Amino acid sequence: MTACDPELWSIVTLTLRVTLVALVIASVLGIPLGVWLGLARFPGKRLFVALVYTGMSLPPVVVGLLVYMLLSRSGPLAFLEWLFTPQAMIVAQTVIALPLIAGLVMGAVAAVPGDLVGQIRSLGATPWQVRWAVLREARVGVLFALLVAFGRIVSEVGAAYMVGGNIQGHTRVLSTAIMMETGKGDFALALALGGWLMVLALSVNLAAMRLQGRSL
Amino acid sequence: MNRTLAYRLENVAVQHGWREVLHLPTLEVFAGEILCLVGPPGSGKSTLLRLLAGLQRPSRGQVWFHGELLNYPMPITVQRTITLVFQRPLLLTGTVRSNVEYGLRIRGDAQRHQKALAILERMHLAHLADRPASAISGGEAQLVAVARALAIAPEVLLLDEPTNNLDPARVALVEEVVLADHKLRGTTVVWATHNHFQARRAGSRVALLLDGRLIETAAATDFFAMPRDARTAAFIQGQMVY
Repeated sequence: MTACDPELWSIVTLTLRVTLVALVIASVLGIPLGVWLGLARFPGKRLFVALVYTGMSLPPVVVGLLVYMLLSRSGPLAFLEWLFTPQAMIVAQTVIALPLIAGLVMGAVAAVPGDLVGQIRSLGATPWQVRWAVLREARVGVLFALLVAFGRIVSEVGAAYMVGGNIQGHTRVLSTAIMMETGKGDFALALALGGWLMVLALSVNLAAMRLQGRSL
Repeated sequence: MNRTLAYRLENVAVQHGWREVLHLPTLEVFAGEILCLVGPPGSGKSTLLRLLAGLQRPSRGQVWFHGELLNYPMPITVQRTITLVFQRPLLLTGTVRSNVEYGLRIRGDAQRHQKALAILERMHLAHLADRPASAISGGEAQLVAVARALAIAPEVLLLDEPTNNLDPARVALVEEVVLADHKLRGTTVVWATHNHFQARRAGSRVALLLDGRLIETAAATDFFAMPRDARTAAFIQGQMVY
């Protein structure tokens, strides 16, 4: 496999596609959940927060197992026929990223001073306008949450392998390819693929830092 | 004289944990008056203002606003007639101008640019309009917070010691602008201050709070010239009463 190898490009583009789609879905669900948890007071909140925190350290192989069971022929979602497809990998990575994003966004929102939230309300903001304004104030923490989630799922191998199957040209991503090449003893190729993974992560982090710099 | 009530509080108490930080059998705030709340730090002034602003739910008792019993959180239509300026300036990320426009923007006010600029000019802040709010001094930030509150032309303006950390010229500016707004629009103002000279200058009535209790409420002239309560007399003479 060389730098111009079409197989390499298919692995890199699939890695990016799966990771970014999972990140977008997890963000759409996780950011509002995190904002709500950061601002709301309700009975049982501590238990709910504890569950989110537990989800942040959910082992990827456990997620892989659960998604596998859901999508397998005997599972309740078998009709989707997603097992060993990129969609299954997206589902698994979304499940891994969602509690991470929700938990870190919750922390960022809860760190916005309570008096500032009161000031926003006192200026006449509706509950939705309050949430939006607080989210803007917590944007550095939100960006950090997205970066952490991206880093976690772009390099994730257990769930991707279990529900994707590492099928050449179909579900093979950088992390599963590295694992396979290491198993075959081709350490040079595994290292080169690892280098690509690092380049992807670095590019996304640099772009995020640029955004962060603009917003500060 | 039959005066219209803005607020009426009946048997209102606020508890933080086991501690009762505010206990008011009755308090009336008349529409269009400037009621100055005086008292030492920790006397309950800020809690009372937060209660009037709808940010603090009473632990018990009732709050009436224009004859309607208030539920907390307040309906947005009521919330939008009242605004509170906190003791420390709480500015949002963005420019000074975007901060002053904030309340108008969330109301969909098409005239927000002109209105914000007008109040910024009135407060000698126009030159800072495009400066990030994080890049101005503490005193300037406090003026921006006052400007932001006045920009939305509230029916009730609640001020929580907004001039505490300002130099005398800026204190005079805040007083001048608030009093001019009050005169022009008949704004109801509840102004917490521990500066009784300010209360004397600005207030139509003055109320003394000690340990969360209302000690005395009177017309400003009477409050300072003929205090009824010994603690009021001691307070205005600058003696320790807490």
